[in-house]
Amino acid sequence: MQYIPNILFFLALVAGIGYFTMNMRKVIGRIKLGQEVDASDHTKQRWSNVFRIALGQSKMVVRPIAGLLHIVVYVGFIIINIEVLEIIIDGLFGTHRVLSVLGPVYDFLIASFEILALLVLLGVIFFWTRRNIQKIKRFWAREMTSWPKNDANYILYFEMVLMVLFLTMNAADLALQNGVASGAYTSETASHYIQAGAYPISQFIAPLFEGMAEGTLIIIERSAWWLHILGILVFLNYLYFSKHLHIILAFPNVYYGKIKPKGQFKNLDSVTSEVKLMMNPSADPYAAPAEGAEAPAKFGASDVMDLSRTQLLNAYTCTECGRCTSECPANITGKKLSPRKIMMDTRDRLVEVGKNVEANGGEFKDDGKQLLDDYILREELWACTTCNACVEACPVSIDPMSIIMDMRQYLVMEQSAAPNELNVTMTNIENNSAPWPFNQMDRLNWKDEV
Amino acid sequence: MSETITVPTMAEYMAQGKKPEVLFWVGCAGSFDDRAKKITKAFVKLLHNAKVDFAVLGTEEGCTGDPAKRAGNEFLFQMQAMMNIEVLNGYEIKKVVTACPHCFNTIKNEYPGLGGNYEVMHHTQFLKSLMNEGRLKVEGGKFKGKRITFHDPCYLGRANNEYEAPRELLQKLEVELTEMKRCKSRGLCCGAGGAQMFKEPEPGKKDVNIERTDEALDTKPDVIAAGCPFCNTMLTDGVKNFNKEDDVAVMDVAEMIASAQDL
Repeated sequence: MQYIPNILFFLALVAGIGYFTMNMRKVIGRIKLGQEVDASDHTKQRWSNVFRIALGQSKMVVRPIAGLLHIVVYVGFIIINIEVLEIIIDGLFGTHRVLSVLGPVYDFLIASFEILALLVLLGVIFFWTRRNIQKIKRFWAREMTSWPKNDANYILYFEMVLMVLFLTMNAADLALQNGVASGAYTSETASHYIQAGAYPISQFIAPLFEGMAEGTLIIIERSAWWLHILGILVFLNYLYFSKHLHIILAFPNVYYGKIKPKGQFKNLDSVTSEVKLMMNPSADPYAAPAEGAEAPAKFGASDVMDLSRTQLLNAYTCTECGRCTSECPANITGKKLSPRKIMMDTRDRLVEVGKNVEANGGEFKDDGKQLLDDYILREELWACTTCNACVEACPVSIDPMSIIMDMRQYLVMEQSAAPNELNVTMTNIENNSAPWPFNQMDRLNWKDEV
Repeated sequence: MSETITVPTMAEYMAQGKKPEVLFWVGCAGSFDDRAKKITKAFVKLLHNAKVDFAVLGTEEGCTGDPAKRAGNEFLFQMQAMMNIEVLNGYEIKKVVTACPHCFNTIKNEYPGLGGNYEVMHHTQFLKSLMNEGRLKVEGGKFKGKRITFHDPCYLGRANNEYEAPRELLQKLEVELTEMKRCKSRGLCCGAGGAQMFKEPEPGKKDVNIERTDEALDTKPDVIAAGCPFCNTMLTDGVKNFNKEDDVAVMDVAEMIASAQDL
């Protein structure tokens, strides 16, 4: 009988981590629906980006208030997770505060966890007010209704509850420790609560528990302990359904992020070979394709499978902060384009395609839909000035502009569906090598004009 | 600007068996747009003044393909790129300077993958190097103490991380350099990039160039300095929209330097 809590804990742990692993494999499988990318270059630069941008949060602090608050929550999140390690050992082996053997180091650890927990709690409350009271514009855009809006708040509530549980657990523990020390609590169960840790924050909560019956106090402590760890497991599994996946994916996403200058758009190899063929005077225009030759590649992207794995990872990484959208000149001036929506649409469509593929034994069954038009509108794509403000703004190296460009390529090269003025421009370039209808032979006339 | 200026072409240089120090890539705007032609001429005057041995391609130059590529027509882009690369490689060009950030970005970043490898500089970078070498004098003159705000072209700034060259030149003009709220890496686009220059904007509350010009005018400038012929057009239109064209000039950095020297 005495091992029941340990067994239950073990089962909860296995279920929590197991379900999470299963879902993360789905995420990886879906990302692999995209085109392969070669990121074997610039390894040093990539790691340096991971340390600077992801671990170091260097782009978060471009906006100081949100950036510093985020660092508090982020550091708190990482450091407090050391405590989870102790909780897991205690849970599995029925020990209590097993790391207290570290003595003064343990006191220091617990004290810092407590301070961070309070800071995280305050930070998260502040985040909530920015979203719901202050109503900062980027959180109230066209794409931020229903699930995206609720998701953001659920995450904040989750973090608030987890921090409150953590502090309650410590406060009850401290009250028990004090009770045992003063001889008020004498039962065998109470004797587990040895003197351990330093409690700079929960010492102010502990007095609330003074004078409570020993049994009640133990129930409070145990409940907070169990709810805290179960809450963490539930939160872990919530990530898969949420924009909050960024806490994991930000790191690989930054690693795979663009290394080249932002102005350098990729050259399509499939086009290069065609153009070389066209410009080769000895090429036979009527030659039949070689036996077994590959079918010509599709130009650009109309659905998620046409995008690269990096772009799909981008979509899963996006935490919908909206910094991109709030810097986008098209969005600022009231156009429909929102780079954040490009990422959200890509993820939504990827999830839809992924479920389709998973349900049909690895094959995609045509569902009559695609990313273009059913999610991302042409009006959005044509509003982009390719200014790279969204790419610059993203704290985790997401590149919404590359998706816009790939979809424009599909529209122009597969569908000849450019806006008419652009067709005129392109015809001019073709005919007289300038976007305007001027003769190439007149290119140097300026030198003689007064 | 009444006197004609000598602008040698690569074909002439080739005929004489000479090679220039640098090729000046004029670009479509610089060749055909009435406003941008003034920038071209100002830059050429500075090149002459600094005794730079340069040449242009003239009628052998063609659109780099930038607007086609950003519009999604990779095919047309690569056609243009390969034609230009054949010409450039044929003349064994090593160094290119251009007053257009779009040409600059395309030749610098996108041509190497198609066989065109050159040292490419934006004209503000080139002018800065001439200044540092002592070949070009950049000093106050009529702009001394004037309030100037510099609008970062996206394809020079964010796209290629060059924010300082134009500012260093302006500071040497002893101007009072004032920054817009959104500047450098967070500078707002003028609205022309990505082939937007050649089409009507999508429906919205206002045009991007109006938003940007409004912000520039907030700094109460005497001159809005630009480093791109397209930004120049967009901001000039914006200034007209606010009926400020008599008070606020939109000028390229090269024009300002040339004008300060009464060239």
